[in-house]
Amino acid sequence: MNTLEIANLSKSFGGVRAVDAVTFAVRPGEFLALIGPNGAGKSTCFNMINGQLAPDSGSIRFADREIAGLPSRMIWQLGVGRTFQVAATFVSMTVVENVQLALLSHAGEIFRGWRPVARRHRERALELLGEVGMREAAERASRELAYGDIKRLEFAIALASAPKLLLMDEPTAGMAPRERTDLITLVKRLVVERGISVLFTEHSMDVVFAFADRIIVLARGKLIADGDAKAVRENALVQQVYFGTGKSFERKRELLP
Amino acid sequence: MTVQSLLFQAIDGLAAASGLFFVAAGLSLIFGVTRIVNIAHGSLYMLGTYVAATIALRFEGALGFWGGVILTAALIGLFGAVIEIVLLRRIYRAPELFQLLATFALVLIINDAALWIWGPEDLLGPRAPGLRGAIEVLGRRLPTYNVFLIVIGPLVLLILHLALAKTRFGRLVRAATQDREMVGALGVNQGLLFTSVFALGSLLAGLGGALQVAREPASLLTDLIVISDAFVVVVVGGMGSITGAYLAAVIIAEVKALCISIGTASIAGVAFNFSKLTLVAEFLVMAVVLIVRPHGLLGRRQTVMRSLAEPEEPLRPAPAALKAVGAGVVVALALTPLLARSQPYVLVLGIDVLLMVLFATSLHFIMGPGGMHSFGHAAYFGLGAYGAGLLVKWFAATMPFGLVAAPILALLGALLFGWFAVRLSGVYLAMLTLAFAQIVWSIATQWGELTGGSNGILGIWPSAPFDIRSAFFLLTAALTLLGVLLLRRLLFAPFGYAMRAGRDSQLRAEAIGIDVRRVHWIGFAIAGAVAGVAGGLFAFAKGSISPETIDVGRSIDALVMVLLGGIQTLTGPIVGASVFAVLQDTVMRQTEYWRALLGAIILALVLLFPAGIVGGLARLRLRLVRP
Ligand SMILES: Nc1ncnc2c1ncn2[C@@H]1O[C@H](COP(=O)(O)OP(=O)(O)OP(=O)(O)O)[C@@H](O)[C@H]1O
Ligand SMILES: [Mg+2]
Repeated sequence: MNTLEIANLSKSFGGVRAVDAVTFAVRPGEFLALIGPNGAGKSTCFNMINGQLAPDSGSIRFADREIAGLPSRMIWQLGVGRTFQVAATFVSMTVVENVQLALLSHAGEIFRGWRPVARRHRERALELLGEVGMREAAERASRELAYGDIKRLEFAIALASAPKLLLMDEPTAGMAPRERTDLITLVKRLVVERGISVLFTEHSMDVVFAFADRIIVLARGKLIADGDAKAVRENALVQQVYFGTGKSFERKRELLP
Repeated sequence: MTVQSLLFQAIDGLAAASGLFFVAAGLSLIFGVTRIVNIAHGSLYMLGTYVAATIALRFEGALGFWGGVILTAALIGLFGAVIEIVLLRRIYRAPELFQLLATFALVLIINDAALWIWGPEDLLGPRAPGLRGAIEVLGRRLPTYNVFLIVIGPLVLLILHLALAKTRFGRLVRAATQDREMVGALGVNQGLLFTSVFALGSLLAGLGGALQVAREPASLLTDLIVISDAFVVVVVGGMGSITGAYLAAVIIAEVKALCISIGTASIAGVAFNFSKLTLVAEFLVMAVVLIVRPHGLLGRRQTVMRSLAEPEEPLRPAPAALKAVGAGVVVALALTPLLARSQPYVLVLGIDVLLMVLFATSLHFIMGPGGMHSFGHAAYFGLGAYGAGLLVKWFAATMPFGLVAAPILALLGALLFGWFAVRLSGVYLAMLTLAFAQIVWSIATQWGELTGGSNGILGIWPSAPFDIRSAFFLLTAALTLLGVLLLRRLLFAPFGYAMRAGRDSQLRAEAIGIDVRRVHWIGFAIAGAVAGVAGGLFAFAKGSISPETIDVGRSIDALVMVLLGGIQTLTGPIVGASVFAVLQDTVMRQTEYWRALLGAIILALVLLFPAGIVGGLARLRLRLVRP
């Protein structure tokens, strides 16, 4: 049984069909890349899967349940974690508090208890921070972090709820190439250990071809290719979308951020 | 009531709609372009009434009146331009809350200026030359002046509409309303555009005021009444939409007309006077519209403006020094009754200070960590005070019952109003909370049989053993301490973190399973209940309660206290409230023009010390420690 099944998913903004009858699935434990040019509809797909947006039509099945249109906190409860294209953390809190709050929420303790947050789930939070290489920064204010570290913190927050599926929207955006590879290596190791399925978007083709188990390609809201690195690289439609002509992927690599 | 009388009232209502429209259109225009909600817009209208009446009385005849109307509009427009250049330019980039407060400071200053120039008495202008008659409509007499107003409203709407659609200025205004960043990109002189829009909006307000002179005397009370009406109209119509403003003005004027024409009707055997509903009715319309269409009838979703407030430091537990200070304060409070033997006034002042501390801390709870800038916190203070007062008045209850009823009534009110309020944010939330506070105030004023009307309730005295001042002081101190510590503890608990999480990033909070609306709703209710305790104690401390003590001024006092201390610190509201209450007692009592003084304090805060006292001290310390 697939972790996530999406069928005929559509969403329009005004006249723009941001996502147009998209169908695909995420298999258990898969590291699946969703790629496409800017404005292809990737983030919109993510927003519908995690409940931030209600789809116009189509179905989203997760854990044998229809989740299209549910509020995002319910979808999270069912086991879908999310990181954002523009990283979102709680800027008035320390790094470790960000993770502690996610743990508290996962334990259903938001409305429970007087005990100060500072002493709750702290060990576990530090452990998670250690795993993403952020243990040293635990007591810093999260607003002081460098962008790459914010992305790591977001990853730790997402792991806190032990999700079955993780949606990662451009986890390495705005990072140097070296840092980028390091982070994806880390992400992949941690999710494989935990058996988490991942759907991620990424503009760096290096990263995509080196790490993804499978790649699906979106262009102007439509799904145009689905397969492994080799198949996608050689797909004529994909080449056309990315270059208009049909040159190789290699040039594009330098052009992309 | 007949169909005819209903129709007649409906036609007459259109005349009122025109007046509302002039103010609301200006307000809406200014908001659309500058993103500033100009609370002083009602004050410009009020100035219009005074100036026009003065001119018309001075130069009699048609020229004096009609020329005066035009001259007044021009003068108020000019005055608006001056305000924009001198004040508003400095705060376009400030947080929304500060903008609202700065324009409110103008309200206070302009009101006192008018008091100084024209005195406290109402100023009655002449009736409009040439339009003093009446025509027969549906068997009743409709003043020709009202016919004139009915026509001129849509006429001005048409002119504005054409000006916005056809001229270069209009295109710029529309572009700025839709996307502010774009105007900068177009290479337009933004300063000039903003100044002229502000002048145009002010001119409309002045015109509205000037035309009103023939119907009503100029009065110092007009500013707040008009601004709250205009807010309702703008919010219902949709911020930035001129047509929406007219539509909303008509709807609200008609609803009011309907209430008046129904008069007293009996529902299920109980006589009910609908004409008393007029004040509440418009706010009910607004509440309904905001729920169904959160951005107003013809409004669009506004692009979320970046909050430009400095990010907040993480919450740290009280350091030893602060704990020591806290313990010192507790000891000092316990010993105060001893001091009071020689200085009895200390107790009176002390009770005032303590109650304001409790009230301000409860507002800070939702305003700071919750990010909900309530402009109507007096509602819950008032519900508490009246909850206690009514119980005493109608059931001769003793103080313990009164003090239990106070937070309960406030809690119920906060649960009801908060349910709506947490669905909005930013200025919309501020306006809705203000509207709810107006509803509470109107009920207290208008439901005379129950509440004693504007006289309020007298004879709410504490029962033994608290009928001795010092005992009452200790009770107040204990309850204040309890309330402050309770709220503080909550902020360190998961609930407080969840509230801040929802404020910092709603997206992220929902994505980790936090029901932000619910958390904020509960926070709102808790703050309301605590404010209710302060209100209940206030009633017993003064022995009486009247609508005057729970009006919009008290809401604003609370905001000022929070900002004075510093919104980003937990001790801020305590320090701010103490300083403010003492200031009010010492300085402000000395002068008739305390409003202007308060206005000046607010402006100084906004322009010079945005971090408040505690925030400012903390920054100073940081600078000394880390050079
Ligand atoms: N809330 C919205 N309102 C209107 N249009 C939107 C909204 N969100 C997305 N769009 C539009 O939908 C299309 C798809 O946007 P989306 O953000 O999903 O693209 P993307 O593939 O994530 O692009 P990128 O690689 O730049 O992040 C774009 O044309 C975008 O302008
Ligand atoms: Mg995107």
